[in-house]
Amino acid sequence: MDTFAALSQGVMVALQPMNLLFAFVGVMLGTAVGVLPGIGPALTVALLLPITFKLDPAGSLIMFAGIYYGGMYGGSTASILLNTPGESASIVTALEGNKMARAGRGGPALATAAIGSFVAGTIATIGLALIAPTIVDLAISFGPEDYFALMVLAFTTVSAAFGSSVTRGLTSLFIGLSLGLIGIDLQSGQARLSFGVPDLLDGVEVTTLAVALFAIGETLSVVAAGARADEIIEPVKGSVFMNREDWKRSWKPWLRGTFLGFPIGAMPAGGAEIPTFLSYALEKRLCRKPGEFGNGAIEGVAGPEAANNAAAAGVLVPLLTLGLPTSATAAIMLAGFQQYGMNPGPLLFATNPDLVWGLIASLFIANGMLLVLNLPLVGLWVRLLAIPRPWLYGGILVFATLGTLGANPSLVELGMLLVFGLLGYVLRRYDYPIAPVVVGLILGPLAEQQLRRALAISVGDPLVLFQSPVALTLYVLSALALFGPLLFYVITGRKAPVGADED
Amino acid sequence: MKHLFSGALLATAVAVAPFGAAFAEINELKIIAPAAPGGGWDQTARSIQHVLQSDKLVENVQVLNVPGAGGTIGLAQFVNSSKGDPNVMIVGGYVMVGAIITNRSPVTLAEVTPIARLTGEYEAIAVPANSPLKSLADLVAALKADPQKVSWAGGSAGGTDHITAGLFTKAIGIDPRKVNYIAFSGGGESLASILGGKVTVGISSLSEYDAQAKAGKLRILGVSSAERLPEAPDVPTFKEAGIDVEIQNWRMIAAAPGITAEQKQELSQTIEKMVKSKAWTEMLAQKGWANTYLSGAAFDAQLAKDIAATQTILKDIGLAQ
Repeated sequence: MDTFAALSQGVMVALQPMNLLFAFVGVMLGTAVGVLPGIGPALTVALLLPITFKLDPAGSLIMFAGIYYGGMYGGSTASILLNTPGESASIVTALEGNKMARAGRGGPALATAAIGSFVAGTIATIGLALIAPTIVDLAISFGPEDYFALMVLAFTTVSAAFGSSVTRGLTSLFIGLSLGLIGIDLQSGQARLSFGVPDLLDGVEVTTLAVALFAIGETLSVVAAGARADEIIEPVKGSVFMNREDWKRSWKPWLRGTFLGFPIGAMPAGGAEIPTFLSYALEKRLCRKPGEFGNGAIEGVAGPEAANNAAAAGVLVPLLTLGLPTSATAAIMLAGFQQYGMNPGPLLFATNPDLVWGLIASLFIANGMLLVLNLPLVGLWVRLLAIPRPWLYGGILVFATLGTLGANPSLVELGMLLVFGLLGYVLRRYDYPIAPVVVGLILGPLAEQQLRRALAISVGDPLVLFQSPVALTLYVLSALALFGPLLFYVITGRKAPVGADED
Repeated sequence: MKHLFSGALLATAVAVAPFGAAFAEINELKIIAPAAPGGGWDQTARSIQHVLQSDKLVENVQVLNVPGAGGTIGLAQFVNSSKGDPNVMIVGGYVMVGAIITNRSPVTLAEVTPIARLTGEYEAIAVPANSPLKSLADLVAALKADPQKVSWAGGSAGGTDHITAGLFTKAIGIDPRKVNYIAFSGGGESLASILGGKVTVGISSLSEYDAQAKAGKLRILGVSSAERLPEAPDVPTFKEAGIDVEIQNWRMIAAAPGITAEQKQELSQTIEKMVKSKAWTEMLAQKGWANTYLSGAAFDAQLAKDIAATQTILKDIGLAQ
């Protein structure tokens, strides 16, 4: 009961008019920067830190929380409407969301993203308040061998996102894996595939690749198709809001996404991308109309969006309970805490209860505020698509370039954006799926580092990979994901449903 | 600032006089933080910005982030584009020394004009509370038994943490190439692996472990400072345990290459005023940074010594030729 007393105390703090104003400013700012690809919540909070120095700690932390959630939401708006994923956690959203938007269903896509984020954010925040100390013990017990098994599961399940041809999907994946090798190798400190270009030493930025492949590649194919293009973008077809069927098809993915996102987000090396991949794969498997996947299935927006928001709340679990910052934004929020002389860590709940509970309560408020602000705006947002095509794509190009250069002002970065844009065009032209390239870039380095860490700790004994029960469970799940359809075929004599091409 | 020097010798006496204490001596300053927003160098640059402006030492200060490759991208851009410009400075630190060597950076610290070391942190070795290792002597014994069995969690390979681990093992007579070093990209992830007992010891700056140690979840075996630190008075130094290693992960500010001696002098004075201000002291206390101010010839000598020692140890570890 203590928790509820503390939480209601926190709600009182967060509901003060001044703090509501901070939450409002944060949510607005966050949404605005989230729409710009490349400039994420981490950068915004970092730039605001010195300004908020003189403000009251509760107020500015509440504002940061608003920016954090707002940024997640803004990222999905850009993904759905413009096919320019502003941050890595909303890449999956672009797959189905943009297809929906082009078919005149941008309204329901934005709505399911907003409501799904709200539902996931709320459940995950409750989880944060109630079971943070329990879940953190579990999260910490994950060793490199377990993470490696998790990556294997992600690799086997995202094959669902590979489209109709496995060969083409694997080709795209290997392009991504090769790009992931570029840069300084963390374990040995040696540069790989950087060809003496210092800017390549840090590797390829995920958002640069995603924006280039998705937005620039698409702009190029639209230009190349020119007048021959027969596709007409309809801004609105049917209701702007979700109909009965949309609700029916959305609520389960929201919940499943939440239960994938929250625990993985809480893991120190989990992140927000893996749960979105897993959620997309899961929804594709479970969908009653798998043929719709690749052509705008609402489940493919609802699940991953819920997963990335739940993961955002999950990231706060190790931050608040142990003081471990496990994402860029969390690291900067940690700097925010330190600015006020507080040391997040095992003692934070005991030493600064007002602030912690105020922050948790403000997450609720920020979530609610996002919903209230954005649902009425959905009708306005989808009008973006009514802009004549040359203007729309011209605008996308400007946004994509500005965002990428804003995050990293370097000519090499701009060059990479253009080269990868061309790559995106070529892939599209020859019907290779694009998402596996980005998936390879994200998962490849993670899997490699975890595998090498596990083997280094065991001094080269590969058996370590199979000695943990968690890892074994994950391998069994991977095997099911790989061979499940085959078993299905053998048992029922029917071919398992195969999804349509993504692009 | 230009107007101060354009008048040459004759003007100096006249020009300085009208500027009272209330006026900024330098109109504009751009500080390059060669890292992404939020990290140590960025926070240092922004703290300098804050104090210089609030104490009216400089009218207008801007911070520009140029992230990448351990600061060497920002350093290269700084050296190439601001030759002789007294209104641009760069923040940097010990990590840069190692990054320049391991990345074979075409631009080195020899090309900038170092102004002062401002702050620094010391490295600490930590174990989970339930670890059988109770002291540095236990760790030394474990290393001597089998150096491969002792896994060290720290930051990226070739960074300060790795260098310290290399110096530590070398000092007890073990080949530093045998250090079983596990690199992590973020502080959170490496701390989790230590708390979860996945690795034998963790090595990082003391501040990373402080909160966990106070909560009784970690035990800090030793620190890399010359004397015991006020924030951890019970923790022995490496030297006390007979291991001759002393290392500071410092941060500095430097000016552009090719500026005149007068310009260097003025920038040094401005930074010195900042360091002696109340606002700077408060800023350091609030961030938990130690004041390790060192300037002029003393800093130049220390820098040269650090560069030489780092070159040697990186060769010993096998990360540089």
